[in-house]
Amino acid sequence: MSKRGMVIDISRCTACYACFTACKDEYWNNDYPPYSAPQPKHGQFWINLVKKERGTYPCIKVAYVPVLCMQCDDAPCIKAAKDGAVYRRPDGIVIIDPQKAVGQKQIVDACPYHIIFWNEEKQLPQKCTFCVHMLEEGEIPKCVQVCPSQALIFGDLDDPKSEVSTLVKSGKAEVLHPEYNIKPNVYYIDLYKMTKLFIAGSAVFKDTDECAENVKVTLEDKQTGETRTTFTTNYGDFEFDGLNVGKYSVKLECDGYAPKIIDVDLKTDSYLGYITLSH
Amino acid sequence: MSNSTKDEQVFTNCTVGGPVYVYVKNGRITRLEPLHLSPNDAKSWVIEARGRKFSPPRIAMVSPYTLAERSRIYASNRILYPLKRVDFNPKGDRKPENRGKSGYERISWDEALDILTHEIERVHLTYGPGAILSTASSHHNWGNIDYRHSTYFRFMGILGYTYADHNPDSWEGWHWGAMHTWGFAWRLGVPEQYDLLEDALKNTDMIVFWSSDPESTSGIYAGQESTIWRFWLKELGVKMVFIEPHYNFTAINLADKWFAPRPGTDAALAAAIAYIWFTENLYDKDYIEKRTVGFEKWRDYILGEEDGFPKTPEWAERETGIPAREIKALAREWAKKKTMLAAGGLGGWGGACRTAYGTEWARMMVLLQAMRGLGKPGINIWSTTGGVPYNADFVFPGYAEGGISGDPLNSAAHFQLLPRGITKHPVRSAINDPGGQHIHRLLVPECVLNPSQAWRGKGFCGASTETQFKKYKYPEDGFPRVRMFWRYGGAYLGTMTNTNRWVRMYRSPKLEFVVNQSIWMEGEAKFADVVLPACTNFERWDIGEWANCSGYIPHSSYGTNHRIIVLEKKCIEPLGESKSDYDIFAMVAERLGFHDKFTEGGLTELDWVRRLFEVSDLPKYISWEEFEKKGYFVVPLPKNYKSTPALRWFAENRKRDTPDWGPVGGGIEGLPDREGNLATQTGKIEFESQSLKRFDPNDPERPLVPKYIPSWEGHHTKELISKYPLQLISPHPKFSFHTHYDGKESWMNEIPEHRVKTKDGHYYWVIRINPEDAERRGIKNDDIVKVYNDRGAVLCAAQVTQRIRLGVVHSYESSATYEPIGEPGESPDRGGCINLLTPHRFISKNACGMAPNSCLVEVEKWRE
Repeated sequence: MSKRGMVIDISRCTACYACFTACKDEYWNNDYPPYSAPQPKHGQFWINLVKKERGTYPCIKVAYVPVLCMQCDDAPCIKAAKDGAVYRRPDGIVIIDPQKAVGQKQIVDACPYHIIFWNEEKQLPQKCTFCVHMLEEGEIPKCVQVCPSQALIFGDLDDPKSEVSTLVKSGKAEVLHPEYNIKPNVYYIDLYKMTKLFIAGSAVFKDTDECAENVKVTLEDKQTGETRTTFTTNYGDFEFDGLNVGKYSVKLECDGYAPKIIDVDLKTDSYLGYITLSH
Repeated sequence: MSNSTKDEQVFTNCTVGGPVYVYVKNGRITRLEPLHLSPNDAKSWVIEARGRKFSPPRIAMVSPYTLAERSRIYASNRILYPLKRVDFNPKGDRKPENRGKSGYERISWDEALDILTHEIERVHLTYGPGAILSTASSHHNWGNIDYRHSTYFRFMGILGYTYADHNPDSWEGWHWGAMHTWGFAWRLGVPEQYDLLEDALKNTDMIVFWSSDPESTSGIYAGQESTIWRFWLKELGVKMVFIEPHYNFTAINLADKWFAPRPGTDAALAAAIAYIWFTENLYDKDYIEKRTVGFEKWRDYILGEEDGFPKTPEWAERETGIPAREIKALAREWAKKKTMLAAGGLGGWGGACRTAYGTEWARMMVLLQAMRGLGKPGINIWSTTGGVPYNADFVFPGYAEGGISGDPLNSAAHFQLLPRGITKHPVRSAINDPGGQHIHRLLVPECVLNPSQAWRGKGFCGASTETQFKKYKYPEDGFPRVRMFWRYGGAYLGTMTNTNRWVRMYRSPKLEFVVNQSIWMEGEAKFADVVLPACTNFERWDIGEWANCSGYIPHSSYGTNHRIIVLEKKCIEPLGESKSDYDIFAMVAERLGFHDKFTEGGLTELDWVRRLFEVSDLPKYISWEEFEKKGYFVVPLPKNYKSTPALRWFAENRKRDTPDWGPVGGGIEGLPDREGNLATQTGKIEFESQSLKRFDPNDPERPLVPKYIPSWEGHHTKELISKYPLQLISPHPKFSFHTHYDGKESWMNEIPEHRVKTKDGHYYWVIRINPEDAERRGIKNDDIVKVYNDRGAVLCAAQVTQRIRLGVVHSYESSATYEPIGEPGESPDRGGCINLLTPHRFISKNACGMAPNSCLVEVEKWRE
């Protein structure tokens, strides 16, 4: 058995959009029966980049998250379709039959990732097919082919030696919105850049007005009591990423200076600004 | 390998963003695919560094817009037939005031050629040679034959015309500034980059990206070939610092630290870094002593001996807005680590060099690295976009080598192509000679509307540093004023400065006739009296090497991972009645009686392609038949390739061992082949510029030692900034190349970082604004806003983002579309030509380049 899947490394997406234009080029005006009808020239985003900006100037973090059909094991679009208009191939790829699906707009609405598009002219739901017509020729999907940073990794999740399955097994790769419970086959590395919060700050020595380097910074999660430690950079900067909403305390310690504790009620990404350490 | 289904034909072609396979079915292009190397092609290089082996992917990492080619080839604004403005009557009232407003009617090629050739004859006979003005946009279609240095110069050179000399619009400060510090005139002030990838992978600890976003600017033509290099460097633990008012697209994944100086104050930041190095004794004294001159003068300026105030970090904080302590920390880290300076996208460049006095920033970039030992292992000026192991012995020309023109003055034809016999009858213009008549491109509207005009330097001053000082005037003694404009492409409303000037020029009766040769109906094409439909490079034959510009950027294909030479096959017939530029010029030449001279006895484009193949080094490796069948060739590296890192020879004071072909010519530029010398008067890096000393030692705007000079349009111009409180920066675009991939129903328009579609279906150009600035103005994300100043108004879609510092707005330049909502030149443009707003004042009095990033605007919510 084989199961086609993808792992996307968010930290390598440069937002070049080559995946998007390659997809347009492959599908605009091109018919690949029985898998897909032509994509209209404009208006559909079979692979889309969702932007996430976190923090405030001058401490910000930006991620672009490529989102495409997740080829879910329990795909709601299959359930929503009538007459078997959406089906799952033995290799796991979910196909919207371009003939049977005509008129079935509920298929679009069924997708919680909003990655199925309605073709008004053809009255047809359309989406990514993992370029199944290319896979049959021994190729890889077009978006994967053109990605300059190798952020998109494609392979067989059932093959224990494949890169995708190794990444999934390692726990580094997670699915987007696991709470949907529909078992997607597209995974993400560094998903925290989209889903989690950070606390950061910059330490300053009051006596010298210099950036406070090498200050020990300890983060405590007030609910669990768990702690994390880091040291400030040569710019006095520190950060803790991958946090959940909650109550935290940040403690700064440096020989010769009075320790400082800051309580943070973390609701959104928090840059604490300049924190002055004095004797 | 190409992947073709049975009923598709496969062709090869090359674009400004990389080489592709082109699939064609029933005479229509169905899809593209980046070129893949086959196992039989030359081997890829391998670099061993820090215990790892690095080798590039064997697929062309093309630009995203290359993959959008098909959307623009089949756009509905393709010009399919010759057109005439409906109210243009060449024999009666020409109604020039209606240019930009009236519609067009289809005419036949015969009618178009009748009007055109009659006008050429009339203008020539009435006013004399030189009354025809012409200029072409940059990089319009890739290839050596049909390119502007080639076919266009060949035709125009025979015809005789006044050329609007191009200014070095992407690297002004390096051209007019850094050239006086380290020479490199033949590279227009920008340095060599040979083998710096290997140097960085092996030796560099930190990279400072200063006004540099290689993920957006791609080393100009090199697609996304260098993306993987930066990730390798990151994986090796190389620290990366970004200095730019915008948290750019390279920074998002790579920045360890981001500094956002107020635009136009970069030189103040640089001076303060030097201050720390002086006061804390953190510079390479041995290098300074042996490889530079004038260091004391620089020290006097930095420490305030000269003018009474030291350039302290505290002073720089007030100018730049960056805390003094962080400036100190940066200076110390920079000094401690082996640091590469990526000051712009191509061994220099960067938006900071396109500001008022941008010369000073560029000069200081060289001087800062000189204080560090520029050229020593791991320490250089390197933009992370070039310098792979490279076979420079293999001769294949770049587009700037003149192709079929053989024009040695406006191209680099004399380096390689002419002696190899590309053309039996080289052409040069009798008028566009250094001694003939010129127009500075930035002054075209003034020259047409309000002569006379004067300036210094003929666009690209590649012959020698001193050619920058030559005074030009228009009209030149004994030459006529220009009366006819033959425009080739239509980008300048989006790419030049204060471009409502261009709109006003087009609507003046002083231009008696305007013809535009263009592929798409957009921009300036809409101001022509007659429009000639040209076709794309997918509809004709050509030949080209990916990213090889050559000329003033020798060996520029070292920005791609493999040297790939492509037979640009004619994939489909030209759409409608459009024709290749070569065929259009040949038809005009026929009517004017010089067809044989232009075509060299009837050669077709394919004949010229074959001739170029023959005179290159390709036949040593591959037969024409094989090349034609395969469609491309990958140049192999020599066995025993020896790395010769850029400027290492200079740092070590030995004879230059890099394959750079300059300097050429005599005089001071001829000396540097003396061992270890740069092409400056002293042969060394000049803290005090000797060329400026000879020219004008008292020029306060380009002093002998570079200085921070507050902008003539910036935070110190109190009256102006109280009216227009936001500083606009407009860097080169990420999602287009010039105007080429914008508009035209391109898929790029759908990228929300590029344009935003509103309910009325219009795609608005994006402007980025800080949330606090937005809130004060009641502006929300995706709101339509009016961006304006005294020069004009542009309607944009607001992107509210923390990625831009307070007080600054960011909008890329290079909109292809100009859509005034009322009277052209007098009303807001909803096309997105942000350059309607930028000043056309030169960088400084004697540095005649553009400074669009010194621009004040106000932004308000648009309420129609």
